[in-house]
Amino acid sequence: MADIYTRMGDGKRVTMTKQQILDDMQAGTADAADMAGVPILDANELDKLLDIIADKNRIVGVEPGNEVVLTYDIGQLDFTGDNGNSGNGVDMGRLEAALLHERALGADTFELAHADYSIKPVKPVISNEMQTMEEIQNEIVIPYFYGAMPNMGLYYAPDGPYSNPADLMREFKIEESMAASEAAAEHLARDIEFVGTKIIAAGADGFNFDTTASAGDADCVGTFKGVEALRKACPDAYINVGMAGESVMGIHGMIEYDGQVVAGLYPHQQCKLAEKAGANVFGAVVNTNTSRSLAWNLARSVTFVKECVKESNIPVHVNMGMGVGGIPMCETAPNDAVTRCNKAMVEIAKVDGV
Amino acid sequence: MGDTAGMAVPHFMASGMGGIRSAGDLVARMEYSKNMKVGKAKDYVAKKLGISTLDIADEYIMRELREELKIGTVTGLPGAPRGIAAKMNIEKLLDIKINSCEKFRGMLR
Repeated sequence: MADIYTRMGDGKRVTMTKQQILDDMQAGTADAADMAGVPILDANELDKLLDIIADKNRIVGVEPGNEVVLTYDIGQLDFTGDNGNSGNGVDMGRLEAALLHERALGADTFELAHADYSIKPVKPVISNEMQTMEEIQNEIVIPYFYGAMPNMGLYYAPDGPYSNPADLMREFKIEESMAASEAAAEHLARDIEFVGTKIIAAGADGFNFDTTASAGDADCVGTFKGVEALRKACPDAYINVGMAGESVMGIHGMIEYDGQVVAGLYPHQQCKLAEKAGANVFGAVVNTNTSRSLAWNLARSVTFVKECVKESNIPVHVNMGMGVGGIPMCETAPNDAVTRCNKAMVEIAKVDGV
Repeated sequence: MGDTAGMAVPHFMASGMGGIRSAGDLVARMEYSKNMKVGKAKDYVAKKLGISTLDIADEYIMRELREELKIGTVTGLPGAPRGIAAKMNIEKLLDIKINSCEKFRGMLR
């Protein structure tokens, strides 16, 4: 059997035999099934995945009729940002960036973003964001969101008003650590309501919450509570809740949303709470292991996401940036890998969008 | 996600509807405004446009249709509605309300 060009999780090109790819796919799907208690991919799905990964063409795509909707994170920062966001470092206006995505890059939706892309730093500049939103909404046609990360880490010392839970735990101050997380979550929820209602009042189609639970389970609860408040204030807003990983980290350990402990929840469980909070679309995330092959990572990601799509009552837009959704974790993700992961998520996991 | 040539472009080429090149913005509006999954959203949009679900992602068909329906075209077309004007026509086409149009109407005397 001839070697097949494929990738590692860090993006490096390697050659593998068909049997090696199959072995990695089986190990990847088994890992996801074991972690989340969901079914492994069946033989037909593994066959299809093998065909996608082993395709000899540089670029692959879905069959006509299988197209899906695309949503985005970090807004115009893909052009203007530095390499921390894989940005191009090209300074330009946010109006131009939005219209370029709409008219030159085939975007189905897009979003406005602050340079720090977090809820907290938007508060002091909310009027600036509102007038920019109003201006761009006058010109753009596609649904145009405001996007930001809940990023609850900014609420802890030394950046924020609450003691750092990790520091407190090191001092065996467990109850104080949990109390700090709970206070930060309430603060985050208030800020989401403030920023969200203001930007919707400026004409935004909706709000995209990116990397929910990046600071753990309290971040997850704070975001859901903020989404709940935003939904109550703005019943018609489009709300997208995207996660930070396949499992919610239990830094608090016991914090609940709607009577459910959120630590340790997987995508097929996370989507239910996002829907309860008021999301219209759920953004499932599965992180890439850089030491494993594309075959292992993609089979694992598709396994998690397929069950999420099956269980979710709302559309699921899988996150497929650098280091998520099977895509290699590197600054310039190879197009062969990106298109293979995309096709597999659409045609095997049956996502509603990317 | 940055690296436009490594993310936005390959995702669009692999599975994207193409936004206002075709009917991607319309399908997105139905997913977000009515929580419709992609198949149901495509059916809804296709029915409103009077074409098939295959054709709504066909830029050859949608270029002319979007101009005719005045719902925004991907190429620069002097005199053709874009922005709020195009979205007001999309509201009528899809039988939905769009927030920016509501705010715009609220500013009129």
